[in-house]
Amino acid sequence: MDAANVRGVRRLSTLVRHLIVPSPPSSSSSSSTEAPPMASQNPNDLVAPSPAAAFSSVFAHVAQGPEDPILGVTVAYNKDPSPVKVNLGVGAYRTEEGKPLVLNVVRKAEQMLVNDPSRVKEYLPITGLADFNKLSAKLIFGADSPAIQENRVATVQCLSGTGSLRVGGEFLARHYHERTIYIPLPTWGNHPKVFTLAGLSVKTYRYYDPATRGLNFQGLIEDLGAAPSGAIVLLHACAHNPTGVDPTPEQWEQIRQLIRSKGLLPFFDSAYQGFASGSLDADAQSVRIFVADGGELLTAQSYAKNMGLYGERVGALSIVCRSADVAVRVESQLKLVIRPMYSNPPIHGASIVATILKDRETYNEWTIELKAMADRIISMRHQLFDALKARGTPGDWSHIIKQIGMFTFTGLNSQQVAFMTKDFHIYMTSDGRISMAGLSSKTVPHLADAIHAAVTTVN
Amino acid sequence: MALGAAISRAIPRRALSSAATSARSASSWWGHVEPAPKDPILGVTEAFLADPSPDKVNVGVGAYRDDNGKPVVLECVREAERRIAGTLNMEYLPMGGSVKMIEETLKLAYGEDSEFIKDKRIAAVQALSGTGACRLFADFQKRFLPDSQIYIPIPTWANHHNIWRDARVPQRTLRYYHPESKGLDFASMMDDIRNAPNGSFFLLHACAHNPTGVDPSEEQWREISYQFKVKNHFPFFDMAYQGFASGDPERDAKAIRIFLEDGHPIGCAQSYAKNMGLYGQRIGCLSILCEDEMQAVAVKSQLQQLARPMYSNPPVHGALIVSTILGDTELKNLWLKEVKGMADRIIGMRKALRENLEKLGSPLSWEHITNQIGMFCYSGLTPEQVDRLTSEFHIYMTRNGRISMAGVTTGNIGYLANAIHEVTTSS
Repeated sequence: MDAANVRGVRRLSTLVRHLIVPSPPSSSSSSSTEAPPMASQNPNDLVAPSPAAAFSSVFAHVAQGPEDPILGVTVAYNKDPSPVKVNLGVGAYRTEEGKPLVLNVVRKAEQMLVNDPSRVKEYLPITGLADFNKLSAKLIFGADSPAIQENRVATVQCLSGTGSLRVGGEFLARHYHERTIYIPLPTWGNHPKVFTLAGLSVKTYRYYDPATRGLNFQGLIEDLGAAPSGAIVLLHACAHNPTGVDPTPEQWEQIRQLIRSKGLLPFFDSAYQGFASGSLDADAQSVRIFVADGGELLTAQSYAKNMGLYGERVGALSIVCRSADVAVRVESQLKLVIRPMYSNPPIHGASIVATILKDRETYNEWTIELKAMADRIISMRHQLFDALKARGTPGDWSHIIKQIGMFTFTGLNSQQVAFMTKDFHIYMTSDGRISMAGLSSKTVPHLADAIHAAVTTVN
Repeated sequence: MALGAAISRAIPRRALSSAATSARSASSWWGHVEPAPKDPILGVTEAFLADPSPDKVNVGVGAYRDDNGKPVVLECVREAERRIAGTLNMEYLPMGGSVKMIEETLKLAYGEDSEFIKDKRIAAVQALSGTGACRLFADFQKRFLPDSQIYIPIPTWANHHNIWRDARVPQRTLRYYHPESKGLDFASMMDDIRNAPNGSFFLLHACAHNPTGVDPSEEQWREISYQFKVKNHFPFFDMAYQGFASGDPERDAKAIRIFLEDGHPIGCAQSYAKNMGLYGQRIGCLSILCEDEMQAVAVKSQLQQLARPMYSNPPVHGALIVSTILGDTELKNLWLKEVKGMADRIIGMRKALRENLEKLGSPLSWEHITNQIGMFCYSGLTPEQVDRLTSEFHIYMTRNGRISMAGVTTGNIGYLANAIHEVTTSS
């Protein structure tokens, strides 16, 4: 129904309301002493629309929301009938055959859970599965971390990285004296929304340098140096999304010194531990140098990519505090954020993770499968770089092999991206980000052709 | 070199001089954080678990127990899980959740042959059980009708207040429970409905009111619906116990169906926590009935905009269990049988508890135990009496006197009845 018709129907139903007098229900309960409201003083009480008339909704004014820029890419991809289409949008791992992957250790854990008759599906505590929380903290901070040994870490299970960021943000908005969070430019598209809805105000710091397709370290230092004391700083622990550009260990040390000297509060988003270099410990180094200096920080962890548990929504928020006593109180306040949001977190995914992490053998198997995924992505980077070199595509494409993790920030502009979608059926986000996980040896040549054409004919 | 200069300007000299700079101050950012009060409901189970007494009884949290006091995983759920394990991947669901699960879930609330479903007039998203559905609605209400408020029945599930408070929607009270009769205070309820400004929002428990177990009769629901029409109020139904109240999901949806017949554009939160025993899976649905398909599409897209910055997309496992069961005739019939079994056991325990207390010669009236419906009995016990039950008899319940009948078994009913008799007759 178009807008004019809708308005017409509403006018009609308003008119109808003044013409039809309703009959009250035939039998009233014994405790009601009210006469039917036929001739009441209040004109609003006179009539009500009959069920046959169109009702009007109090939400009639609600406009259609925009498509999510990232998830919308997969929607568009699914609609495309072309046999050569490639989905390089969402950061979900794909095998060489272009299929989603469930890790062997995950399948094993699933079977164990299903075959265990003593397993029940009762509510988890508000803070989630205790085993899972302890194991997650060990994974990111290191089993020998003094913060863990001193019971200074409050860890709560949350809904993947998004949920961990949101709960952390809400906690900060309620209990932290500084309500501003600095996020890198660019960052994952959902970050600003998460923190804004959590009640924080969002500012940016320079991060990506389009000229070098690398880190704008000077800009980063200047902007964080100019931030008010105590401000919150969002840091990607590794494999920055969308650029794939990470600080070097030396640069991380300088960032740490700056943050600590200004009393800024670091909030790490760790969505790719193990996925960046293939080593879980190496990918956690940025976080661990901050813990090692004895200071406080927040960490959001996700198992979506590194354990392939995407849809199970498994993650954890950890707050490293100065003392065990503070950590206990912080945990109690985190519960007050969670309870009115969803009461307690989903049990299935966390049970799988705990099953895998607590057993030495399955843990090792996992690290091997994880390294295989990271290695395949690194190999795709090299293949794409070589393919562009072979075609003599103008420009310096070394950033493809320098950038880290699931994504490459190609440097292509939105017109070039639109061209690649239209003419080559390549689906990616309009900021030029491609998910290397979505590539295979078979599709690299097609992508290289598309990039070559875009660079030589568009803008 | 420019970069070095930038770093020197940004980092004070004394900080650079030590090889590993410690964090500047030795005090915590969180030193001022107060310990939060324990959740009144979930805190009961914590206390129960900590109690070493062999006689302890937990009639606190509303989670079903069989006659041996054990949690139950329904057969239909076990079978669904067997079918699911090892066969599917764990990719992200769409932001709005599993389409199949939502389809089946709407049929339960709106009716198998609902014209609203056929006409695609319902905006619906998968939500994190009932809590998540209520929270999404509260956030949606705040965003699109920022001046609106919500009338909440007194008493209600404690977390309802937290949800609308965190969504920053002002709350008003709707009188509901009548302590003297331990039934519905219908006259006051209707007064409050009539006196509320036109177009007010109301939270209604579709069936098996939590914590009182007191539901309006069908005739009373019809009067409420009529008055809602007169006042143009918005009804939001929280349906957490469909199937659990009477044993028949169709019957338990009666209030919603009355309102739909009367043309109300309802909102509805549904949960599978109790009626499918999927508590920890966090699986539910939020639906809002709209004028037409176009509006439903718009509303759904906005609900997704609220979900995305909260958790991006909902968990897949529980959704698979629900759609596997409800999408298979045999499994669905098994589920209906099992739900009826749970409801019947509870109804049986109500009867037995009342009989026990009457046999003990209690001077008080206990007919409310069998008048009330669903998982909970609002016993009328005072907080002091509840404290005595806990400290003297190791019986755990929430201090408002709410007894979870699901925790009552043939094994503990005698002990429970005796204890209640004790604390209500001695001083």
